[in-house]
Amino acid sequence: MKESALIFEISRSGRKAFSLPECDVPELPLEEMIPDECLRDKDARLPEVSEVDVVRHYTRLSRLNHGVDSGFYPLGSCTMKYNPKVNEDIAGQEGFTQVHPLQPENMVQGCLELMYKTDRLLSEITGMDRFSLQPAAGAHGEMAGLMIIKSYHMQRGDTKRNKIIVPDSAHGTNPASAAMVGFKMVEVKSNERGEVDLEALKALVDDETAGLMLTNPNTLGLFEENILEISRIVHEAGGLLYYDGANMNAILGIARPGDMGFDVVHLNLHKTFSTPHGGGGPGSGPVGVKKELVQFLPVPMVEFKDGEYYLDYDRPCSIGMIKSFYGNFSVAVKAYAYIMSMGAEGLKEVAETAVLNANYIMQRLKEYYLLPYDRTCMHEFVISAQKQKEKGISAMDIAKRLMDFGFHPPTVYFPLIVKEAMMIEPTETESRDTLDAFVGALIQIAKEAQTEPDKLKQAPHVTPVKRLDEAGAARNPVLRWTP
Amino acid sequence: MGRYVPNTGQDRKEMLDELGLDSIDQLFEDIPYEVRIAGRLNLPEPLSEVELVRHMRELAEKNETVEDYICFLGAGAYDRYIPSVVGHILSRQEFYTAYTPYQPEISQGTLQAIFEYQTMICELTGMEVSNASMYDGASALAEAVIMACQATGRKKVLMARTVHPQSRKVVHTYCRFRDIQLCEVGYDDGRLDVDELKQMISDEVAAVVVQNPNFFGIVELLDEIAEVSHSHGALFITSVNPVSLAVLKPPGNAGADIVVGEGQSLGNPLSFGGPYLGFMATSRKLMRRMPGRVVGQTTDTSGRRAFVLTIQTREQHIRREKATSNICTNQALNALAATVYLALMGREGLKKVALLSMQKAHYAYQRLISQGRCSALFSAPFFDEFVVTSPVPVEQLNEKLLESKIIGGYALERDYPELKNAWLVAVTEKRTKNEIDMLVERVGEL
Repeated sequence: MKESALIFEISRSGRKAFSLPECDVPELPLEEMIPDECLRDKDARLPEVSEVDVVRHYTRLSRLNHGVDSGFYPLGSCTMKYNPKVNEDIAGQEGFTQVHPLQPENMVQGCLELMYKTDRLLSEITGMDRFSLQPAAGAHGEMAGLMIIKSYHMQRGDTKRNKIIVPDSAHGTNPASAAMVGFKMVEVKSNERGEVDLEALKALVDDETAGLMLTNPNTLGLFEENILEISRIVHEAGGLLYYDGANMNAILGIARPGDMGFDVVHLNLHKTFSTPHGGGGPGSGPVGVKKELVQFLPVPMVEFKDGEYYLDYDRPCSIGMIKSFYGNFSVAVKAYAYIMSMGAEGLKEVAETAVLNANYIMQRLKEYYLLPYDRTCMHEFVISAQKQKEKGISAMDIAKRLMDFGFHPPTVYFPLIVKEAMMIEPTETESRDTLDAFVGALIQIAKEAQTEPDKLKQAPHVTPVKRLDEAGAARNPVLRWTP
Repeated sequence: MGRYVPNTGQDRKEMLDELGLDSIDQLFEDIPYEVRIAGRLNLPEPLSEVELVRHMRELAEKNETVEDYICFLGAGAYDRYIPSVVGHILSRQEFYTAYTPYQPEISQGTLQAIFEYQTMICELTGMEVSNASMYDGASALAEAVIMACQATGRKKVLMARTVHPQSRKVVHTYCRFRDIQLCEVGYDDGRLDVDELKQMISDEVAAVVVQNPNFFGIVELLDEIAEVSHSHGALFITSVNPVSLAVLKPPGNAGADIVVGEGQSLGNPLSFGGPYLGFMATSRKLMRRMPGRVVGQTTDTSGRRAFVLTIQTREQHIRREKATSNICTNQALNALAATVYLALMGREGLKKVALLSMQKAHYAYQRLISQGRCSALFSAPFFDEFVVTSPVPVEQLNEKLLESKIIGGYALERDYPELKNAWLVAVTEKRTKNEIDMLVERVGEL
């Protein structure tokens, strides 16, 4: 296959793709408006291409990608479920896209109502009291949540609490978010069942503990059975409990973080609530809290009084703003539409089906791959390529070979506590036929690992490019095109 | 079975059989009974597609849009023209339903587009490297401040009061929790007061932060500020409007060390404040301190050029608490919109957008002043947004304009109590002479 040209490489001087009106006001010489020393002396080398060039170029690039609509995308912890098309149409309406964030409140009642109602819906689903939609993504929600926890302790004059406890199985964003907010991170180890080790936790908590961050089900796809005990230990030590909502899909309509003792929650609307992942965003990471923490939520909050929605900035205890305006609004539009189309029973069925699908794949694969935690999983599970490793085949080789079957690989080498980890999350939007085909591919790959290991090491074979020299890319970074 | 769940009751039964189970409930036995939802969630009854579309249209119709009104409101979000092609490319499922390109062999589309984006941002800003995007301009600025503190080992930052008030608030929030001391530098004739900066700068300062054009639309004197910053070992951070960079001197050529900005103007609709994108560019020297994803060029095993996420040892999934930032998912699709927009506009088009906006803004300014109802407040040169003093309180003025279907400018008094009746007016390439004349006429009727 030919190398893929860059947009700059198909540029031809004088070609254009833009269509702009002529200037209809009397023109001033540029130098009269802006002094010469503040002006550019050379044009930015943006491409000169025709409209057809642009359309063909990016259409061609798109075809080098695998999306959820292309095929199965069981990327663990990312909840790559189907993104309903109607929600794209809905969010694309002018009444939502063509609204300036600083227009007077009486002109934007629809936007404010939608934000307010999304807050109410998310609160009901999670058992929290209020949500702010301001965080732009999960990690941003974590940061906001930890700022709230810090503010809570500081307001009580409890200034020693500078430690956040994070399980060794946690997402990398958890410890990184703790650092963003100036906390020290302390790791608690997992026990042989893949859950937080209670004895280790007891030994860690003290009067410096600000809180514990927990994903439940955790990144092994296992529900923390001792959640009530964990909650008791953390709260008795004076800390708060933070819920990383990345895995909320497993418990929709079944159980609520608010009822498990969590004080602060973030959700990933781009995971659980079906909004598209966009190739790495935009996401949305609303942060929700229990009553006593509402005062700390970011400003502004949407409130409702005398029949009108309004933005409330007068919140003296708030952590402040963490982003311009009000969050990734159009992502919230899609999530709201999703919840409204699912209802209570629909959401419960989402969780049930996601969990059944995961257990079904796990059951069918455990004969072929090492299953480090052999117990009922929730919406995802982790297998290991350690058996195959004996033949020199790594999780990465298996991942790459899966692409030849038209599947996106699972998350690999995470969580860190499982060697050669492969984390598989099918979601509820996949049919049994798809799951069977995927299982079939992984069984065939397990066999190939025995009989044709080279086929795996050379994989993928049918993708637009072969394996890349990633070490070389990092050693000698080429981060932009130069003529 | 319900919406978006393809399995039938029969599938479900057979799958449970395979697991040796009788009911779905058995899969949830690890969840303590005490925390299970008794009954069901209290949510509205589900809507069919027909009902949903109707409900959502009703909500949308409760908003008044910039399509129904003539918009002279900017202040960080701009009513710019978005070519049709942008939306069509963005609605390619291969782009919008994919995730972060962790597996480069099946993500070259996203990766190459980001590589092109990084190149365009470098060209506009005059910097050596760019990341793949940040949440928005304000949070990108906050991350730049943290990056500067980490790079210099200092914990004090000087920020111009002419930086967007919301950006300053966001920077303040990020800094407060990390014990970074943030001091604001005042302005003189609408520009950063360089004398005040000279008094405040010291060897303890990690960075000097300036916006250009600033919140008042005024062009700052970057070279001079860079010199003052560097003379004390501080880094120089600028937050810039990317459209202005088609004509204004790139901050990289004026000594900037980190350049960030709000990219909404590049092909992203107003959307009531988001999603937009932040961009960030810096020098090669500082690139390993930069937050966010970065795409690099490499080759595959057959020697073909290809692209991959790189210098990842800065990032949270590798470095955890020692990462340069916690940022993970950010604004890839909005960055793609910016890329397609910049490809369509190209070298000449972006310049034309900038010049059209600037000419129209200057026409509007001159007419408002010469008509005599508004008065000039600052004399420094501006780009496509400007400040005048209104003859009446801005709220009153804007209310009056709404009667003529005009959305007026921003009331600066909200953030600058000393600027009584100051009115920040934005004029993009979309505004026509007739619309501007109408604005001036209505102001004249007051």
